[in-house]
Amino acid sequence: MSDAGNLPRAGDLGLIGCHVCRLVCRDVEAEDAACPRCGSPLHKRKSNSYMRTWALLIAAFIFYVPANVLPIMRTVSLGDVDDNTIMSGIIELWVKGSPDLAVIVFTASIIVPMLKFVALGLLLVSSQQGSRWALRQRSKLYRLVEFIGYWSMLDVFVVALLTALVQFGFFSQVEPLPGVVFFGLTVVITMIASMTFDPRLIWDGRDFDD
Amino acid sequence: MTDDKKITGDLPEPVVRKPRINASLVWLVPVIAALVGLSLVIHAWSAAGPTISISFQSAEGLDPGKTVVKYKNVVIGKVSTVRLSEDRSHVVAKVALEKSARSFATADSRFWVVRPRIGLGGVSGIDTLLSGAFIGADVGQSQEPKDDFVGLETPPTVTHGAPGKTFDLHADDLGSLDIGSPIYFRRIQVGRVSSYHLNEDGKGVTLQIFIDAPNDKYVTTSSRFWNASGVDVSIGADGLKVNTQSLATVLAGGVAFQDPPGPHDATQAQENDAFTLFNDKGTAMAPPDGEPRYIRMRFNQSLRGLAVDAPVEFLGVPFGRVVSINLDFDEKTQTFPTIVGAVVYPDRLGKAHDKLVALAKARGDDEQMSQMMGRLVERGLRAQARSGNLLTGQLYIAMDFLPKAPKVEFDGRSKPLEIPTAPGDFDKIQQQIADIVGKLQKVPFDSIGNNLNDTLAELHKTLQQVNGSVLPEVKTTLQGAQKTLGNANNAFAPDSPLQQNLGGSLQELQRAARSLRVLTDYLGDHPDALLRGRRADDKPLQAPPPPPPQDAPSQGSKP
Repeated sequence: MSDAGNLPRAGDLGLIGCHVCRLVCRDVEAEDAACPRCGSPLHKRKSNSYMRTWALLIAAFIFYVPANVLPIMRTVSLGDVDDNTIMSGIIELWVKGSPDLAVIVFTASIIVPMLKFVALGLLLVSSQQGSRWALRQRSKLYRLVEFIGYWSMLDVFVVALLTALVQFGFFSQVEPLPGVVFFGLTVVITMIASMTFDPRLIWDGRDFDD
Repeated sequence: MTDDKKITGDLPEPVVRKPRINASLVWLVPVIAALVGLSLVIHAWSAAGPTISISFQSAEGLDPGKTVVKYKNVVIGKVSTVRLSEDRSHVVAKVALEKSARSFATADSRFWVVRPRIGLGGVSGIDTLLSGAFIGADVGQSQEPKDDFVGLETPPTVTHGAPGKTFDLHADDLGSLDIGSPIYFRRIQVGRVSSYHLNEDGKGVTLQIFIDAPNDKYVTTSSRFWNASGVDVSIGADGLKVNTQSLATVLAGGVAFQDPPGPHDATQAQENDAFTLFNDKGTAMAPPDGEPRYIRMRFNQSLRGLAVDAPVEFLGVPFGRVVSINLDFDEKTQTFPTIVGAVVYPDRLGKAHDKLVALAKARGDDEQMSQMMGRLVERGLRAQARSGNLLTGQLYIAMDFLPKAPKVEFDGRSKPLEIPTAPGDFDKIQQQIADIVGKLQKVPFDSIGNNLNDTLAELHKTLQQVNGSVLPEVKTTLQGAQKTLGNANNAFAPDSPLQQNLGGSLQELQRAARSLRVLTDYLGDHPDALLRGRRADDKPLQAPPPPPPQDAPSQGSKP
């Protein structure tokens, strides 16, 4: 609309840049073009970005279900076996007098992954439809998703640390349970999904094509 | 427009390579994820066993999502929810069993909450102090599915499939026994009481006991069980005897069993065989009671000292006990007879009973007891209230044959059987004493006394006379007699001159006799000698040896 609309973009000028050696080549509109200098594949946008991001996002979402349903950690203290799922752990923290910790864990383990699903979904849908709504904010949202991605590994770290540290036989023991694997997978796949998403697609509004 | 903007300088052309793998392969990731998720669901679904609900009196120690169900210390399920029943009388715990534990959702499975328990028998479930309670399970043999259980409040003492045998014991009351009370055989614990319940009619208790293998083989069909609780103190000729089982038994109760001494049926008892639980070893070892029979006796006397449970003896063999003592009123005689009811066990008479029954059968008496009794009553069988203890005056009922007893009518058909009675020994004695006293009263003791007195005075006088005059004379007479005897003694002593003279005289007499015989012999041979005298050539009279006894008479008879 504004200045941005008038300024030329690389695609408009028939140019394509190599992501690896930064060589600018002529866009030959070929699907499988490669950089003549370093040999890495050339593409205007990340190839099949929508499809891959969708696929990964869906996969992450599927894994997110067992991650929450299955227990992630077993604590054995004085013979008292206690299996915790993410949510039951948070509730226990809250009930047993650590609401601050409960909030942190809730944020890292529930809010952040959910936020990533929602944010990525929103970005994907809006970009696929070529919406020109809130372009800058959507770009910020994408950067936020990339940034907070690894923070949701908090639960995995906690379980890994406790498992390593708390091994006192009968008195106290912590074991990881399958849930944490699925939770880790969810986090990793959402991170990959956010990486496969090409933020330039946000700006590839329909208006620019015409 | 766009063409204008294109930069057509000497920019490098990208190389075109053969197409890479189709990007749509990325869909494999969600597909795999879906497969994994699906497999999880399938796995969870297939691993999920039946859900059962168990009702307990209290939810103490039951924690939804945490409390597990264990069988042989292996987790077979978990409590998913605990809620109050609709009538608020108990709690219902929903338990999700594992698939492998499907067999636990059958009709005779048992569930109970394992909590730490401290009893006289020991401490159990101490591990639950730290780990919290869990639900113990025991599976039965039933195949019938069931998903609604009533939890036991106490752990079962016997788990299904434990090697051993279960037996039933019938007792009058439970005593100090409880579930888990030990069973002793020769003072070794071989089992325990597994359950007990009141009999349907409320007239006793049935205990179920479990004897562990291999000791269950010592239970035979003739084994006797008795309550071993308590202390048995007896004072005998050999001093004070205290007889107990273990100290725990004294406190918590227990049962002991043993075979009776002597020959008995030693076949092993079968599972669920029933036995009688006796109160003490003495009763247990007594001959078997057999079927109890009720008899009634009517006494026309005071029965002070007869108490319920007093023994009934048959010829000295205890074979029953008194169960009731009631007063009756007889309008005809205006007296108050006492009706005594007793339970007797004919089997206790042992061989005698067996033989009597056999005889009765042989005779064709169908009412074995009553007709048999009728015959016995004819022969003088009577019941008597006898004094068992002169100090306390306690009575017992003795059934004895009194041949002199007056005849009575006996109705063998009456129910209960009424045994005719005879006055007891004590009564008889009382009566006899009364007779004696009556007779004694009739004796004229006064006149007898007076006469006796006079007689004694006369006697006194006579004796005085005797003392004064007769005795001194007697003395002198005795002295004279003594002297005479002394003289006689002197005369007849072996060394006295009289004796010696007598011997000499006798020898002389002998000699004279011999001379006379020689003379007669000579004269027999030579009668002429009387005229001519003795010839010179003749041997002197003493010279010829005494002729042999045969010759002498023959020679003498010649002339």
